[in-house]
Amino acid sequence: MPLTVLAALGRFVLDASGFAGRLALFTLNGISHLVRPPYYGRMFGRALIEIGYFSLPVVALTAVFTGMVLALQSYTGFARFSAEGAIANLVVLSVTRELGPVLAGLMVAGRVGAAMAAEIGTMRVTDQIDALATLSTNPMKYLVTPRLLAAAIALPLLVAIADIIGVLGGFIIATAKLGFNPNTYLANTLAFLQTMDVVSGLVKAAVFGFLIALMGCFFGYNSRGGAEGVGTATTAAVVSASVLILAFDYVLTEMFFAR
Amino acid sequence: MSAAVPMIRLRGLTKAFGDKQVLAGIDLDIAAGTSLVVIGGSGSGKSVLIKCILGLITPDAGTIEIGGVALGGLSGKALAAVRARVGMLFQNAALFDSLPVWENVAFGLLARHQITRRAARETAIEILAQVGLGADVAPLFPAELSGGMQKRVGLARAIAARPEILFFDEPTTGLDPIMGAVIDGLIVDCVKRLGSTAIAITHDMASARRIGDRAAMLHGGRIVWQGRAADLMASGNPLVDQFTHGRREGPIQMEVRR
Repeated sequence: MPLTVLAALGRFVLDASGFAGRLALFTLNGISHLVRPPYYGRMFGRALIEIGYFSLPVVALTAVFTGMVLALQSYTGFARFSAEGAIANLVVLSVTRELGPVLAGLMVAGRVGAAMAAEIGTMRVTDQIDALATLSTNPMKYLVTPRLLAAAIALPLLVAIADIIGVLGGFIIATAKLGFNPNTYLANTLAFLQTMDVVSGLVKAAVFGFLIALMGCFFGYNSRGGAEGVGTATTAAVVSASVLILAFDYVLTEMFFAR
Repeated sequence: MSAAVPMIRLRGLTKAFGDKQVLAGIDLDIAAGTSLVVIGGSGSGKSVLIKCILGLITPDAGTIEIGGVALGGLSGKALAAVRARVGMLFQNAALFDSLPVWENVAFGLLARHQITRRAARETAIEILAQVGLGADVAPLFPAELSGGMQKRVGLARAIAARPEILFFDEPTTGLDPIMGAVIDGLIVDCVKRLGSTAIAITHDMASARRIGDRAAMLHGGRIVWQGRAADLMASGNPLVDQFTHGRREGPIQMEVRR
C-alpha cells in the first residue's frame, strides 16, 4: 500500500515537472519571437481588436456594476461608524488597485482565453498548424506571439477604461441614491488617489493579459484527440488562467504594496 | 540535380510512440520526377512517414535527404528553405478557416514575401483556374465550400509556389468516386505540368493506380513491397494481394479489440 502511494506521488511529480518544463519552453519560445523577424502585424492587429475592442462591453458592464455595488455596500458598512466620507476613496482604490484588473482579467479569460484555446486547438486537430509549417511559416511566430503581445497591451487599455467606468458606477449610486454632493464626491475620489494606485493596476492587467493568452495558446497548441480534446483544452485554459490571475494578483500586490 | 541522387532518400528511419513501433527501419529512394504511391492499412504509419519527411515529426533514428540535403539537425531558415521546395495536400485539406480562399492559396507566397497582396490575389485566381475553380470562389471562406472544392483549394495551395516535391495525404478520402477521379486527374496534371516528384499515401486502389508511376506498401513499420503502380493488383506479394483485393483472410491480421 505505501509503495502504491509513493508510486502515485512519483508519477504526479514527474507529470507536474514535465508540464512545467513544457510550459516554460513554450513561454520562452513565444517571447523569443518578439525580437526575431518576420513579424505578423496583421495577426497582431486582429488579436488586438478581438481582445480589446470586442471585450469592451463585457468589461464595461462588469466595472459599472462593481462600482455601484461597492458604493452601496461600503455605505451600509461605513454608516455604522459615521465614515461615509471614505466611500469615494474606497471605491476608487478598490477599483484601480484590485477589482478593475482582476475582474476584467477573469472576464477576458472566460471570453478570449477560451476562444484562443478553441481556435488554436481546432487548428491543431485539423492539421492547420502542420499546414502552416509546410508553408514556410513558424506557427509559434504566427499564432502565439502576436496573441501574447496583443493581450499584454489590450488588457491595460481595457482596465484603464474599466477604472473610469467603475468609479462612474460608484459616483452614480453615491449621488443619485445616497445623496452625496457630486463635486465633493469627485474631490474625495481624486484627493487620495496616487499614481501608483493606477499604475499597479495597469501592470497587473498587462501580466494578466499575458497569462490569459499564454494559457489559451498553450492548451490549444497542445490539444489532442479531436473535438473532445479541444473542449478539454478550452476548459483547462480558462480554469488555469483564472487561478493564475488570482495567484499573480497576490504576488504583484506583495511586490507593489507590502511593507 | 544528378540523376544518381534521388530526390528523396530515406535510410533506417524509425519512429515509436510509447510502446508502439510505427516505423521500424524504412529504406526508400524516390527518383526525381517520379510519382510514388504508398499504400498500407490504417495506422500502418503512412502519415507518420510523410510527416517525418516534412520535418513535422522528428524520427527516433535514421536519415532523410531531400535533393541531397540531410534534414537531420536542420532548423530555422535552413529547414524553411527545404520546406519551400515542398507542397502538401492534407487529408482534410487543412485550409485556414479564418482566411478567404484566395489568401489560403497564396499563403505560402505571402509568407515568403515574394508578392504583394494585390498580386497574390491575382495569382491565386490563376492557380484556382488550374484546379477548375472560378474567380467567384476566391473571396469565399473554406466553410462555404463542399469537400471536393476544399480539396481543390488545398491542391491549389500546394502547387502555388511551384514546388519540386508534392505530398498528397489520402487525396480522395471522403469524396464520391467521380469527384475522387477528378481530384486524381488534377493531381496528375499538376505533377506533370510542374515536373515535380510526388508522394501520395492512400487506401484507394483506383486512386493509387491513377496517380502513381510506382508504388510501395508499408506494413509492420517496413516497406514490404515496391514496384510499378500498374502491377499493384497482381504483385505476387501475399501482403499486397490481400490488401489490394480487400481479403479478410491472409497474412495481415487486423487488430480488433472487443
